[in-house]
Amino acid sequence: MKYFGLIWRNVWRKKIRTSLTILSIFVAFLLFALLAAISYAFKGGEDVADAERLIVIDKVSLINTLPMSYLNRIASTDSVQSVTHASWFGGYYQEPRNQFGQFPTDPYSYFSMYPELQLPQEQLDAWVKNRTGAVIGREIAETYGIEVGDRIPLQATIWTKADGGRTWEFDIEGIFSSSEPRGSSAFMLFHYDYFDEARAFGQGSVGWYILRVKPGADPVQVANAIDAQFANSPSETKTSTEAAFAQSFAKQFGNIALIVTLILGAVFFTLLLVSGNTMSQSVRERISELAVLKTLGFSNGSVLGIVLSESVLIMLMGGLLGLGFGWLVVQGVSQAMGAFLPGVFLSPGAAVTALAIMLAAGIVAGIFPALKAMRLSIVDALAKA
Amino acid sequence: MRTIKQIFAVTWLNLANLPQRLASSIVAVIGVAAVVLVFAAVLSMAKGFERTMLSAGSDDTAIIMRSGSTSELNSGLSNEQTLIVANAPGVLKEGDATVMSAELYVIVDVKKRSTNTDANVPFRGIQAGGFDVRKNVTLAEGRRFEPGKNEIVVGRSAQQEFVGLDLGSKIRFGQTEWEIVGTFEAGGSVSESELWTDVRVLQGAYRRGNSFQSVRVKLESEDSLAILAQNLKDDPRIDPDVLSEREYYSTQAEGLSKFIRMVGYPLTILMAIGAIFGALNSMYSSVSVRGKEIATLRALGFGPFSVLVSTIVESTLLALLGGIVGGAIAFLVFNGFQVSTLNGPSFSQVVFDFAVTPDLLIQGLQAALLIGVVGGFFPAIRAARLPVAQALREL
Repeated sequence: MKYFGLIWRNVWRKKIRTSLTILSIFVAFLLFALLAAISYAFKGGEDVADAERLIVIDKVSLINTLPMSYLNRIASTDSVQSVTHASWFGGYYQEPRNQFGQFPTDPYSYFSMYPELQLPQEQLDAWVKNRTGAVIGREIAETYGIEVGDRIPLQATIWTKADGGRTWEFDIEGIFSSSEPRGSSAFMLFHYDYFDEARAFGQGSVGWYILRVKPGADPVQVANAIDAQFANSPSETKTSTEAAFAQSFAKQFGNIALIVTLILGAVFFTLLLVSGNTMSQSVRERISELAVLKTLGFSNGSVLGIVLSESVLIMLMGGLLGLGFGWLVVQGVSQAMGAFLPGVFLSPGAAVTALAIMLAAGIVAGIFPALKAMRLSIVDALAKA
Repeated sequence: MRTIKQIFAVTWLNLANLPQRLASSIVAVIGVAAVVLVFAAVLSMAKGFERTMLSAGSDDTAIIMRSGSTSELNSGLSNEQTLIVANAPGVLKEGDATVMSAELYVIVDVKKRSTNTDANVPFRGIQAGGFDVRKNVTLAEGRRFEPGKNEIVVGRSAQQEFVGLDLGSKIRFGQTEWEIVGTFEAGGSVSESELWTDVRVLQGAYRRGNSFQSVRVKLESEDSLAILAQNLKDDPRIDPDVLSEREYYSTQAEGLSKFIRMVGYPLTILMAIGAIFGALNSMYSSVSVRGKEIATLRALGFGPFSVLVSTIVESTLLALLGGIVGGAIAFLVFNGFQVSTLNGPSFSQVVFDFAVTPDLLIQGLQAALLIGVVGGFFPAIRAARLPVAQALREL
C-alpha cells in the first residue's frame, strides 16, 4: 500500500493509452453484466425455486390438462401438506403482442402456496368476493398502467366462452409483488370457478397442480408416490421439484448458456490481449526507470509487486466501472421491460465471478512483464539506457 | 499526383516495417476478428431460424384457423367447419377432390439428444392431402404411415435432434405405442421438426373427438386467398382467420428473430466500441514508435497529408484482415451448426441451422472497415501534426 502513490503515477504515465485500455475493459465487463443478466432470465429463476414445492404436470406434455378430480387424491397422498392448481389462459391485453401469464386458480390456496407473493389481505378478500375479480403483478400494473378498480378485457386465444365470445372482462381487485428480489410477479390471477363455468369446452380440467410437502419429507419420494398413483390411467403425471421443472423448461430454449459462454470467451480473450499488450509496452518503455528503482534498493519482490499491482489496478478500474454501469442498465431494463422479459437480474454470483475474472486477468496480463522487470539486471538495463 | 506518389511511398514504408510492431498489430487484428465473429455468430442464429420458418410457407397455400388464435396450437375447428372450408370457392380441385388437409397439432415430450432433457416436440395429425398441400415434402426413407394405424413419419431435423425417433423404432406417448415407419425431408423447413401421423388416429389417442385445429388448402392461385377469406368471413357457421402459409410462418417467426436481433445488434455495437479502443491503442503506439521515422520523412519533404493517409490505411488494412479472419472462423465453426429452441407462439421446438450468409459477412466486413477508419483517424492526426524539430531532437 505504501507504494500506491508510485503505482498510481505509473498507471497514468501515458494518459491516452491507459484511458483507452480502461475503456475497452469497461466495455468488456459491461457486456459481461448484460449477458449474465440475460442468461439468468433464461434459467427461469431456478435458484429462487422453493425446494418443498412440487409441480405435477401431464406426463405426455405440459399442454395436456389433468382432471380436476386429482386435487383431492393428491391432497390425501402421504406427506403432502397443501395443494393448489393453475391453468394456462393464454390471452392478450389490447393487442396480440401484449401477452403475459394469466392463470385461473383458487385464491386462498394459491397465495398460501407462494408466501413470497405479497398481496394486502383486504385486496385478497375483495378478490375472493368478486367472481369476475382478478389480481395482477406489479410489473403488469406498471407496464400497462392498470390500477385497482379498473375493468380490463382480455382477448382469449384458446378459451372461447360458452356464448361464443372471445372477450373476458375482469375487475382488478389487487396488485401483488414478489418479496424475493429476483422473483417475478409479471402475471395475472383470476377465479378458476368463473373460468371453468364460462369456457366453451374443457370443463373439469386444470393445467397443473402445485403442492407443498410436509417439512422433513423427501420431495423425491412424494413425487414418485404421486406418479405411481396415476400410472396407467388416461392422464399419467410427471411430478418434479420446482427447481427441476424450471431447469428442464429452461433447457428447452437450447444451448443459450453455451452461446453466451462462447461470446464471453471471445470478449475476454480480446480483453486479455489488449491489456497484456499495454502492460508489456509500458514495462518495455520503463526499463531504465525500473533499473533505477532497483539501484535505489527496491527488492525484486517490490518491483514485481509494483508492476503487477499496476496491471490489476487498471483491470479493476475498467472492470468495476463496467460492472457498475451494467448493473444500472440491468436495473433499468428490468424496470422498463419486466412484463416482457421477467427475471432479468444481475446475480451476486455473477458479480463475484466478474470480480474474480478482473483479478485473474490483471495478474495474467501483468505477470510476464512483472517477472521481466523483477529479473532485470541493473547493469545491463542502465547500459541500454 | 505527387501527393498520391508520396502516399504510396509512406504507406509502403509503414507496411514494410509492420513486423517490428507485430504484437500490438496482432492485438488490433484479433480485437476486430472477435467483433466480426460474435456479430456473424449471433446474427446467423436469427438468419437460420428465419430461413427455416419462412421456407415452410408458400403463397398459394392457405391456412385456416379459428379467429383470434395466435397459432395452430390454440386453434380449434369442428369437422363441419373443415368441410365448409373444403367446399369454399378459391380452393384448388384436382378432379373432384379438394387439395386439402385438416390437421391436429399436439405436443409430446421427447428427449433432446444434446441435453437429454424433455423438449416439446410437435406431433401433427394430417389427412391424406397433407403431403400435397406442402411444397418440397419428400419421403427420404421408409414409407408413409398407413391410415388408421399408430404409425409415424418423422421429419429429418427432428430425427437428428431428438432421441428415439430412428426408422423402425417404437416410441410410447402415454398409453399409446407408435412405430416410426418413415423419414421425410422438407428442404430444412420447420416441417422437418415435426412428427406426422394420421389425424384420425391422433384424435383418438388424444381424446379430441372429431375436432381439428387447422385446415390447409391449396389455392387455385395466389389471388384466390382474398376470395376464400371473404367467403368464409361471410359464412355464419365459421369464424375463421385465413392466412397464406407464408404470412402464418412469418408471424410465428417474428418474436424470436426480433429478440435475437435486439440482443445481437447492441452486442455488436458495444464490442465494436471496445475494438475501436483496441485499434486506437495500437495505432497510437505505432505512431509513437515511428516518431523518428515520421519526423525524418517530414524533414525530407513529405507532406503531412501523406503521413495522415498512410496511418489510416495501415489501420484499415489491419482491421480488414481481422474482419476476414473473424468472418472465416464464424463461417467454418457456426455455418450449418444445428440447434433447436422453443418457439413461443407454437410452444414447441423448432430445429434449425445457423446460417452465416454472405450478407452477414459483408456487414461484418463493413463494421471492420469502420473500426479501422475510426481507430486510425485520431492517431493519424497526431502523426501528421508531429512537430518535426522536436521529434528529431529526441533522437
